[in-house]
Amino acid sequence: MTSLPKTAPKKKLGLVIDLDICVGCHACAVNCKEWNTSGKSAPLTDLNPHGKDPDGVWFNRIHTYETMNDTGESRTVHFPRSCLHCDDAPCVTVCPTGASYKREEDGIVLVNEDICIGCKLCSWACPYGARGYDETEGVMKKCTLCVDKIYNKNLPEESRVPACVSTCPTGARHFGDLNDPGSDVSKLVAAREGYALMPEQDTKPVNRYLPPRPKQMQTVDQTPRALIHEDTSSDAAPLLARWVDKILSV
Amino acid sequence: MDFNPFATVKEEIDLSPQISDEVKTSTCYMCACRCGIKVHMKDGKIRYIEGNPDHPVNKGVLCAKGSSGIMHQNAPAKLTKPLLRVGERGSGEFKEIEWDEALELATNWLGETRAKDPGKLAFFTGRDQSQSLTGWWASAYGTHNFAAHGGFCSVNMAAGGLYTIGGAFWEFGDPDFDRTKYFMMLGVADDHDSNPIKIGLGKMKTRGDCKFVAVNPSRNGYGAIADEWVGIRPGTDGLFIFAIIHELLRAEKIDFASLARYSNSPWLVIQNPGGADDGLFVRGKKGEPLVWDLKKKKAVSAHSKNFTPAFAGKRKVGRKTVVPAFELLASRYMAAEYAPDAVAETCGIGADTIRRIAAELAHAAFAEEVVIDQAWTDAWGRKHDKMIGRPVAIHAMRGISAHTNGFHTCRAIHMLQALLGSIDTPGGWRYKPPFPKPIPPGDKPTPPHYKPNTPLGGPSNGFPTSPDDLVVGADGAPLRIDKAFSWEYPLALHGMMHMVLRNAAEKDPYAIDVLFMFMANMAWNSSMNIGETLGFFTAKNADGTYKIPKIIYSDAFYSETVPYCDLILPDTTYLERYDCLSVLDRPFSAAHGVADGIRQPVVPLDRDVRAFQTVLLDLGAKLGLPGMVNGDRSPKFPGGYPDYLVNHERKPGIGPLAGWRGKDGDKSGIGEPNPNQLDKYIENGCFWSEEMPLDIQFFKHANQAYLDYAKKMGWIGAAKPVVFQLYSEDLQKFRLAAQGHGERQPPEKDRERIETYFDPLPIWYKPFEERDVDADEYPLHALSQRPMHMYHSWGSQNTWLRQITNVNKLHIHKDMAMSLGIIDDDWVWIEGRHGRVKGQVKLIKGVNKNTVWTWNAVGKRKGAWGLKHDSPEFNKGFLLNHIISDVLKPNKHGHEFSNSDPVTGQAAWYDLRVKISKCAPEEFGTTYPIYDAVKGPVSDMEVSRYGADLKGSKT
Repeated sequence: MTSLPKTAPKKKLGLVIDLDICVGCHACAVNCKEWNTSGKSAPLTDLNPHGKDPDGVWFNRIHTYETMNDTGESRTVHFPRSCLHCDDAPCVTVCPTGASYKREEDGIVLVNEDICIGCKLCSWACPYGARGYDETEGVMKKCTLCVDKIYNKNLPEESRVPACVSTCPTGARHFGDLNDPGSDVSKLVAAREGYALMPEQDTKPVNRYLPPRPKQMQTVDQTPRALIHEDTSSDAAPLLARWVDKILSV
Repeated sequence: MDFNPFATVKEEIDLSPQISDEVKTSTCYMCACRCGIKVHMKDGKIRYIEGNPDHPVNKGVLCAKGSSGIMHQNAPAKLTKPLLRVGERGSGEFKEIEWDEALELATNWLGETRAKDPGKLAFFTGRDQSQSLTGWWASAYGTHNFAAHGGFCSVNMAAGGLYTIGGAFWEFGDPDFDRTKYFMMLGVADDHDSNPIKIGLGKMKTRGDCKFVAVNPSRNGYGAIADEWVGIRPGTDGLFIFAIIHELLRAEKIDFASLARYSNSPWLVIQNPGGADDGLFVRGKKGEPLVWDLKKKKAVSAHSKNFTPAFAGKRKVGRKTVVPAFELLASRYMAAEYAPDAVAETCGIGADTIRRIAAELAHAAFAEEVVIDQAWTDAWGRKHDKMIGRPVAIHAMRGISAHTNGFHTCRAIHMLQALLGSIDTPGGWRYKPPFPKPIPPGDKPTPPHYKPNTPLGGPSNGFPTSPDDLVVGADGAPLRIDKAFSWEYPLALHGMMHMVLRNAAEKDPYAIDVLFMFMANMAWNSSMNIGETLGFFTAKNADGTYKIPKIIYSDAFYSETVPYCDLILPDTTYLERYDCLSVLDRPFSAAHGVADGIRQPVVPLDRDVRAFQTVLLDLGAKLGLPGMVNGDRSPKFPGGYPDYLVNHERKPGIGPLAGWRGKDGDKSGIGEPNPNQLDKYIENGCFWSEEMPLDIQFFKHANQAYLDYAKKMGWIGAAKPVVFQLYSEDLQKFRLAAQGHGERQPPEKDRERIETYFDPLPIWYKPFEERDVDADEYPLHALSQRPMHMYHSWGSQNTWLRQITNVNKLHIHKDMAMSLGIIDDDWVWIEGRHGRVKGQVKLIKGVNKNTVWTWNAVGKRKGAWGLKHDSPEFNKGFLLNHIISDVLKPNKHGHEFSNSDPVTGQAAWYDLRVKISKCAPEEFGTTYPIYDAVKGPVSDMEVSRYGADLKGSKT
């Protein structure tokens, strides 16, 4: 009921998240909360913050779980999840008031809280569960890609990236224009075969995830699987005897 | 203007809101990592805390803890005023008092004790980042009973390193993430060095030419992104390392040239079984150790410039039979008992895996050299035209050290690094200045003098190198309240805070008058055996007085410990005070250069609280302690801690801060006090760092230009090389005493322990709790660790962090759970020899099959931390501490030793053995034990709308 931009945005700002080095530390989630609780969608309300079942508005959450491959090998995955700023954002088209919208300038999906009626249709429509309803204000809130940070002329140039990106300790989060094939993020996606999450949902997410790299085994491939012993007897004496007069420190 | 009622309203967004009125830099203290922060202040409130991009520790990033600093500052448990206990200890009945009264009381208590016997004050400072102040204060007061929390933290790591290579993991050294080709990380609870490790791992993996192996019973955190996870059985890492060394030795994949130059492995050891000199180094006329020169066919000084040492062979020097230390080392670890096949089952790692990892390590070290084209000169004057690196880097942490065999395991790891020749080489593990230090550093612990009103005359803690340095009486009995530096725990370098309450309550070895603690949650998650420990706080004599007569405690928050103390001196938060991260203390330098820093007040005080360090100096002045008063007894530092930071000199020209010294601020390291020093720090983002030229960035233990620089900076007494002590003569001296040699003899109850555990070469033995329980009855290892978003953080009641974790589950292997009939989310009894706790399980694959683990310190005691009484932390969260005994089963002499490493006194949190059984259905839903609520303040907040009033630009 709300239109997407008539012409596709020239810029598609988004995140590229490297699952090879995400350690699940929650830095991105908390720094996001910290920036945004006084940001465009302020506050990110917390309900019962000091009691039972504390729960607040978060734009980004990290899930840690185990997966199993075909051979029964398990691995632990840390998976940060936030709005993917989809090209065909169903949260926008389902919005009855125009509160949920996609910016023409850069493709960021935002909520205009002034006209949001809190009907939650958008959160039902989003296949990624990326929105957070603020019960006390009766409005929907979501990742703004730190729209009030990335263009903020009061901040030094290097700070003009989303909070989750600047704070990530392992450098697992990247920000840029995914519509520009020459951008760093696009190059990264190309080099690492970055993928969109659940493409079958046909929402055309902008954000990309970089899969874990193949395990580093190159050292193994070039070397014998075990060292060759200079002596194979069961005690140390023969080798020690060989070393007695041997100049070893060369 | 056209009006169209159907058009969508276009949102006007302020893309450039004014974020702050002011940005102040400081240093984070949400954990122990000491990252630089920029705090954006708006309307007197914190708008945003971000990492400082210029800071050497975190380079702009900030973790979840640091990012939640706003909620630390707004915590409901902040203390607001000094408190004096009016009810029984533990009742939580206090009255608020004024600071004048609080300080007068404290001064009287401390003054009375000092006037009788200063040693009757036990001063233990917990999570203390100002140990160079607190230790100095203790010494000026005159008590030998001082330490911080290292004894129950990671002293095995520090002691193992300082007695072997003159440095240690984390604070004293870093992996060379930029260049390493093989990175091995050992042990659970790996997040001590939070952001630097994460930055390093990210860079290293992105570089893509390095293998990362995590040796860890649990595959959470960093293990999840490792190229290989080795799910070792807890407490067996030493054996695993020995098997690797076994392989390297048998394949001669040893950096003999490096060992000859930088280690004592060619030094000649006297072989005289039963003799008083057995196992000591044979020495020349000037006391210098000797090596056998194969070319000269005679013994020569180990300090000489050129020699061709023998690494094996029995020879005669004078009338003494000697062998190189390396022969002792090699014959031990080449024995069949350390072959991969022999250790595989105990370690829970396949022998093939161990052999392969040994091969990979050797390949990385010797076939993938990293060479920096930089000439340097070693301490013997030999010129090297390049810096040749053996790019194997190792990091180890709590999981290694928190076992009763941790000291020797730490030594084993450092020995492996030395055998591969990787220490402080490009791609290896690198010292952070002011390390390396002499092995061990020169300070000795000072024994008590029992004289009224008299300073101790030396530091309370130090580095014993023989039984002569122990703090024991003529009968060999301990003289410290924690029994550190006694025959029971001779190298307890960081003291044993975890034994203070028991010993003081049992008056063993004696009664104390005052216990003064700072920032240590001894009535909860910082103690083993919580139930009994609470009893130690409240134990009374027959006349109704407390066995620990007076307890003073300083903390910023209402923790579980507050209600058990008598006088509470409320501290500030890290955003409200000056602090110092000193090179004299626990440096945060990088391997390429020294650094130190400060905290500055960022948020104005809104409570009647004072910074602990300033209070301590104030008390010192009121007590007239030397160094804290002028000749007329007026306070020497009337400006409190910041005054001290600038004007205190430990030695002429050396003060707490190394940067901008000298009247004009143009000196670093040594220089007279600079009245503008703090301003210079603040101008520079609250830190000082000095990058060293490339030619002194590596081989610091033997790099003459580096050693000269370190001497110039005042870090070492003489510019002499630091030679790795793979074979420890210091340890052998204790063992000789246990064998009956020398004047100072251990009591009989200690003799066998000393002889066994003071082996001059690393050994492995079964952790004591495992040795002492029936493995069939208690088949599982139980570990606790903290999640990355709470690691080392003080108060996981944090409004934001507790939304991520407010209950802890017991992680158990799926196969193990299945065999016990347990499914996900079941409630189980976790039972050890010392009791049982109840918790809920989570089934996983990424854990050693014989191990269960949980998050520590999520479970809280009802009534503490300002939380509402229905909080899950109280009712579902649990601690394993309840079932970790603080003492071992009595030995054959009937003596109960601390559940600690027999060498260092490190608390053995990770030796716990348990059995698991499913709870009855009616037992589901709540944890056990739940203690009565303490009477702390309780938050009444229903909704937090923090930030609502800080939005947008000011109008």
